[in-house]
Amino acid sequence: MAAPMLRLCCPGRRWALACIDGCSRHRRGAPNGCTSSRRRGQSSVAQQPFITAQKPRKGEHEWAAVVGLEIHAQISSKSKLFSGSQVHFAAPPNSLVSFFDASLPGTLPVLNRRCVEAAVMTGLALNCRINKKSLFDRKHYFYADLPAGYQITQQRLPIAVNGSLVYSFCAGKNRSQVINKTARVKQIQLEQDSGKSLHDDLRSQTLIDLNRAGVGLLEVVLEPDMSCGEEAATAVRELQLILQALGTSQANMAEGQLRVDANISVHHPGEPLGVRTEVKNLNSARFLAKAIDYEIQRQINELENGGEILNETRSFDSKLGCTIPMRDKEGKQDYRFMPEPNLPPLLLYDTESLPAGADPQQVIDIDRIREQLPELPSVTREKLVQQYGMLPEHSFTLLNEVGLLEFFQNVMKETRAEPKKVTSWVLNTLLGFLKQQNLAVSESPVTPSALAELLNLLDRKAISSSAAKQVFEELWRNEGKTPAQIVSEKKLELMQDQEALEQLCHAVMEGHPQVVMDVKKGNPRAINKLIGLVRKATLSRADPTVIKEILEKKLAS
Amino acid sequence: MLRGYVPPYNATVVQKLLDQGALLMGKTNLDEFAMGSGSTDGVFGPVKNPWSYSKQYREKRKQKSHCENEDSNWLITGGSSGGSAAAVSAFTCFAALGSDTGGSTRNPAAHCGLVGLKPSYGLVSRHGLIPLVNSMDVPGILTRCVDDAAIVLGVLAGHDPKDSTTIQDPVKPFVLPSLTDVSKLCIGIPKEYLTPELSSEVRSLWSKAANLFESEGAKVIEVSLPHTSYSIVCYHVLCTSEVASNMARFDGLEYGHRCDIDVSTEAMYAATRREGFNDVVRGRILSGNFFLLKENYENYFVKAQKVRRLIANDFVTVFNSGVDVLLTPTTLSEAVPYTEFIKEDNRTRSAQDDIFTQAANMAGLPAVSVPMALSNQGLPIGLQFIGRAFCDQELLTIAKWFEKQVQFPVIQLQELMDDCSSVFENEKLASVSLKQ
Repeated sequence: MAAPMLRLCCPGRRWALACIDGCSRHRRGAPNGCTSSRRRGQSSVAQQPFITAQKPRKGEHEWAAVVGLEIHAQISSKSKLFSGSQVHFAAPPNSLVSFFDASLPGTLPVLNRRCVEAAVMTGLALNCRINKKSLFDRKHYFYADLPAGYQITQQRLPIAVNGSLVYSFCAGKNRSQVINKTARVKQIQLEQDSGKSLHDDLRSQTLIDLNRAGVGLLEVVLEPDMSCGEEAATAVRELQLILQALGTSQANMAEGQLRVDANISVHHPGEPLGVRTEVKNLNSARFLAKAIDYEIQRQINELENGGEILNETRSFDSKLGCTIPMRDKEGKQDYRFMPEPNLPPLLLYDTESLPAGADPQQVIDIDRIREQLPELPSVTREKLVQQYGMLPEHSFTLLNEVGLLEFFQNVMKETRAEPKKVTSWVLNTLLGFLKQQNLAVSESPVTPSALAELLNLLDRKAISSSAAKQVFEELWRNEGKTPAQIVSEKKLELMQDQEALEQLCHAVMEGHPQVVMDVKKGNPRAINKLIGLVRKATLSRADPTVIKEILEKKLAS
Repeated sequence: MLRGYVPPYNATVVQKLLDQGALLMGKTNLDEFAMGSGSTDGVFGPVKNPWSYSKQYREKRKQKSHCENEDSNWLITGGSSGGSAAAVSAFTCFAALGSDTGGSTRNPAAHCGLVGLKPSYGLVSRHGLIPLVNSMDVPGILTRCVDDAAIVLGVLAGHDPKDSTTIQDPVKPFVLPSLTDVSKLCIGIPKEYLTPELSSEVRSLWSKAANLFESEGAKVIEVSLPHTSYSIVCYHVLCTSEVASNMARFDGLEYGHRCDIDVSTEAMYAATRREGFNDVVRGRILSGNFFLLKENYENYFVKAQKVRRLIANDFVTVFNSGVDVLLTPTTLSEAVPYTEFIKEDNRTRSAQDDIFTQAANMAGLPAVSVPMALSNQGLPIGLQFIGRAFCDQELLTIAKWFEKQVQFPVIQLQELMDDCSSVFENEKLASVSLKQ
């Protein structure tokens, strides 16, 4: 749901054994119990749960890690990639299965146009070359959730290749420095999703739900250009935002619409790459970085102890916080790739190559799609910075939180307050409250209109900022009152009557001559006491700065 | 595997016929999963050729041997769509559908004295056709005369959105013209098809047919399809590879036969497939998987595809040189007795019997077997015409002319003759068709 706040990442790609200023200072809870004898050393820096605590030894080397990703995103479409059955999350089991999905003999695949468009859009957004001709293949293996005994994918010639994913995060002292990193996109291919299997060990049976079988997937392959869990997680987050902005995938990891496999290896800088392992099915943003970092460290430990890394497939046990080998993937699989004979080559056109008189229903024009691409997150962030003078790191937070940007924009529409003020209230106050109670933006009891009204009151100086905070808290309780109502009920309006205020000040000064003395003597803090007294007298309905002005004027006279 | 399986949908070709008012009379027997050339390897037993019981055959046999048990030496229909051929041949129905991947419709047509049409690949929808080799399968049409085949083709041909390999161009139903002048035609006789295994009777009929065309003014020339000798091997590599892939879906999980073992998914799959497939099918799956292995893929599958391209190009070259249609035998000989056929295994037989027919599948060309005459034993012999891609109409026009010239006799089955003697007295044509 909520993306991890952007953090410091590994400076460069070096993993010292004694990982001092090493990668992310994780504050994600206590080191958990995945014990390996290597982990018990004390390091010079506390709170390094994963990036270990080891005593520097003689002949220590530095390590570099490389991480590549294979990301599967479910295409947001009404029907599946090759059949007309619906795509829907959490429908009753086996209720969205066509004859083709169930692999009934004699059924044939028919390509879904929307899925192809989604692939082209995504390819363009990631700066890929779109292959005007791409091919479909069969990848064979036996598994209960794969009814046909093969998956239709694009192995020989995928629809898009050679792109790049730019992701940024904020580093530096106050996280004010924006660092851009690029991960190359090797390819994007269209392929079928498999069904779901649930293992019921109690009754020794496996339950198969084919609702998901045949749903269109975009597989985005990122080259091993990342060097730690944090980089990988940030790249994935950016990809999520891009897919969501394009509308090609909802990319919600919790609903299984985005799944990540990571390929990880370690080596000494300057030496060739090491043996890699694959960590499969990372289905949560939270565990993505954890799992990758664990695996990196595991490999380092293994090699440091003279062991070797097996080219194997592992999965991440979130409870134990470690990766474990997947038993049933032992031994190399030969997928016996074969061209899919029932699907002719997929031909795409651009305005130049579009055949005259072609039925627009039957062809796809890449240029057309490029023209109609929605705004990408990087552009949105840039616009926010330009338009509102926002700090770059704030633009990241706004986009990273689901629904927050829209909330912000809605508030901006209805208020005259300065953008900086709005930003501050949204990112600090609102977000703070949401995080405290673990709520999504969509669940916020305070609506954009309410916040806008509140900010207007503040802007008009009808209330003080501390009063505003009070009103906000009141709004949060969601009792159906508007800010104006709350203000009047709690009598929070700032005193507008200058004269009455002056009289109060006068009264307070009269009533506390010794304090007045102190002030005149030059005690700087004494005036605060006076201000405090006046404030009390006004029941906090006066602006302290105004009070101070009046007092100072009086004291001077 | 699919013994008890009742499909929940109609194939496009079936639906099209039903939409035109056809009555589905039944489902016919075949070689299991269309693998075979005799229709002898099906779960319901082998198919008997109706000509085994024909007067023409019986009389010839009586002359040769004595004290024959009537039924012990019945003949095969050929295959794999033998059941459909038998049904049409015995006047059970107007027409029947089969499949043709390497000759499975034309082969039994020749053995049963029928017109067996293999349309151009992509002309007729394969939606609902249980696939053997997706890149070569077509639904086949079996009828007693060429006009009937044309009627059925007219109903079936055309684009099907459910089958992405069908052509987009619209196809209209057609009526075949009655050709009278063949002087503008050029008939090609591929010399590589003259093999030593060809029976002398078939060879002489083939000659006779060529002479017939020539005498009526057509140009008859010898042509060459140089890669013919590689065709059968290439076909086997591609066929078994696709079979291995297409059969992967039969795991007993969603439909069809499922074994009783439930120890593990793998054990269940293995037992289900062992029980559900006969030796022929299993043999082809194993071969196919071998060819698809990473280390073999280039050397076998890709090579075979390249050879396939060469074979297809052979035909293109010949047709581009002015040949309208090729004339070849359909089978090596007439139908043989079952007891003799089973002396060799399925694979050997298939390799032998597909020899004239599978090249058309490799090249996607339309081909039709037309019955010509009875053999010395009183059994049908047919010849094959192969046409240009998507020129099915032209192909059938020529076939129709040929059919008229040769006047192949109607099968004389006792029961039939008793019922329809009046019809047959007046009409020599093999079809009880709409013309009357």
